[in-house]
Amino acid sequence: MHNAYVIADNIISPLGFSTTDNYNNLLKSLSGIKLVDDQKIYPAPFYSSIICSDEIEFHFDRLNAPGIYTRLEKLIILSIKDAVQKTKIDAGNEETLIVISTTKGNIDLINTIDDNIEKKRLFLWSLAEQIKYYFNSVNIPVVISNACISGVLALIYASRLIENSVYKNVIVTGADIISEFVVSGFHSFHSISEAPCKPFDINRTGLSLGEGCGTIILSGDRNLSNEAGMISFCGGAVSNDANHISGPSRTGDGLFYAIKNTMEEMRNYQVNSIDYISAHGTATLYNDESEALAISSAGLENIPVNSLKGYWGHTLGAAGIIESVAAIQCLRNNILPGTLGFEKHGVSKSINIIKQSVKKEINSFIKTASGFGGCNAAIAFVKQ
Amino acid sequence: MNVNITSYCSIKKNQVYLNGKIHLAIAGEVPFKQFTNQLYKTLNMDYPKFFKLDNLCKLALLTTEFLGINENITNPERTKIGVIVSNSVSSLDTDYNFNESIKERKNYFPSPAIFVYSLPNILIGEICIRHKITGENAFFISKEFNPKIFCNYVNTLFLSQRVHGCIIGWVDLYKDNYESFIILAQHKKYSNEKNIFEENTLLKLYKGE
Repeated sequence: MHNAYVIADNIISPLGFSTTDNYNNLLKSLSGIKLVDDQKIYPAPFYSSIICSDEIEFHFDRLNAPGIYTRLEKLIILSIKDAVQKTKIDAGNEETLIVISTTKGNIDLINTIDDNIEKKRLFLWSLAEQIKYYFNSVNIPVVISNACISGVLALIYASRLIENSVYKNVIVTGADIISEFVVSGFHSFHSISEAPCKPFDINRTGLSLGEGCGTIILSGDRNLSNEAGMISFCGGAVSNDANHISGPSRTGDGLFYAIKNTMEEMRNYQVNSIDYISAHGTATLYNDESEALAISSAGLENIPVNSLKGYWGHTLGAAGIIESVAAIQCLRNNILPGTLGFEKHGVSKSINIIKQSVKKEINSFIKTASGFGGCNAAIAFVKQ
Repeated sequence: MNVNITSYCSIKKNQVYLNGKIHLAIAGEVPFKQFTNQLYKTLNMDYPKFFKLDNLCKLALLTTEFLGINENITNPERTKIGVIVSNSVSSLDTDYNFNESIKERKNYFPSPAIFVYSLPNILIGEICIRHKITGENAFFISKEFNPKIFCNYVNTLFLSQRVHGCIIGWVDLYKDNYESFIILAQHKKYSNEKNIFEENTLLKLYKGE
């Protein structure tokens, strides 16, 4: 069995087009969440983290890419390109698989009748084909669309395939954009906060949506990375609450099982301690409460926890990836960003939520996620 | 790999095939709603929630119901049953319905009851609720039924003993076009059926050969 090593990564968000820019801006407590007044997206102003279109065009123009791509496809291509150039892998050869994590893909095309960009790109497999053509891939990219755990699930999926030698390298990219569809839907659920989101805070009133894209390249061969400091997958698990499709479990049981199973797997990798938890922390009343219960049930009350939703908003299919990239940066730099928006403890269990950034020697972390459909996931990485 | 296919069911063109044989058919042009209501009655489901589901979830739930989950899953540990599903159109059927409710500003009434079905993995959640399954989940999108995606992943789940049984399926629906194919695969300790879980067999059973 091979280990699955992190050989490169990237984050694209309003806080930058590289992992380093994003991580540095987290440590400066900068947020991409702003008041957005755009009638095309929602009838009233709302808080959201949106990437500047001109910046996307600026970066994408430099690629001189033939063909026409959607906003989402441009982000995916830019993110994969940036990560791949830090490695010795060929994104297109038969040893390499691309996995795309997205909840809604090109949903912004639902009302457009555009001659250049065919409407069929609403199909997630069609969007994957565009990425395949761009990178000249032998393998058809695999698309995972599993609500808000998509990103974490895609990383677990990729790691398991590498460990079983199905592929040598897997490029995992997660992306979602802000659209009228998604903003209207979350508003109809009354889950969007009227101020920037406040994860785990006593006064939290809901989430802020964000758009983003992130990539992690995993490989069975650590020598394919151009970067020093190796980090590898050391366990992961997925579970279902089997309780309710739109509300998280009141007991946190489902997420607890995912964390517990991940911890059991970690022991098989001889990783016996967890130094940091990167929570889902969407700042809805129920998510944060349920997550605190799960962390507490798993006996992890004292482990430093943060949520990064205050910086990027909830980026749906990208969340699990970009938040994992940030946590990987924490392993490299031993500085944990604080939970932006968090002021006063607002969950029933006393878990160790970090308010401001702290220096701490960390060797391993767990990243969690929960989503509609009752799904939960947890993944762990360790410094080698 | 020591995984066998315990039972399998497919539904298309108003016909139900169970373990390769025609099980039930409705003649003529029957709308989806009428067809699924009839299956619900035939199965004696007694599950009122069924009528609230979107069409994709209805199709998934009915197909799974025919597999005989309770009788056929011999190991009671439902934390170790996985549900791995794939399709081509994601939840676009419901997405268009939701979009109708927000398209015009003067008729702007986004419905949370519809929005919640605008994710394909909701059908996995519905299967889990119905059968009290709490194990591994994954939803993949591919242009057409691709047994390789299932086999590559599901085998790693069995190998590492993360599951001892798995509901694996293709459930695709857009407007009047629909097609489902769901199998129950179990470690051979729990199933001694003749079909081994591997790519070629899966493709053959899907095609009804």
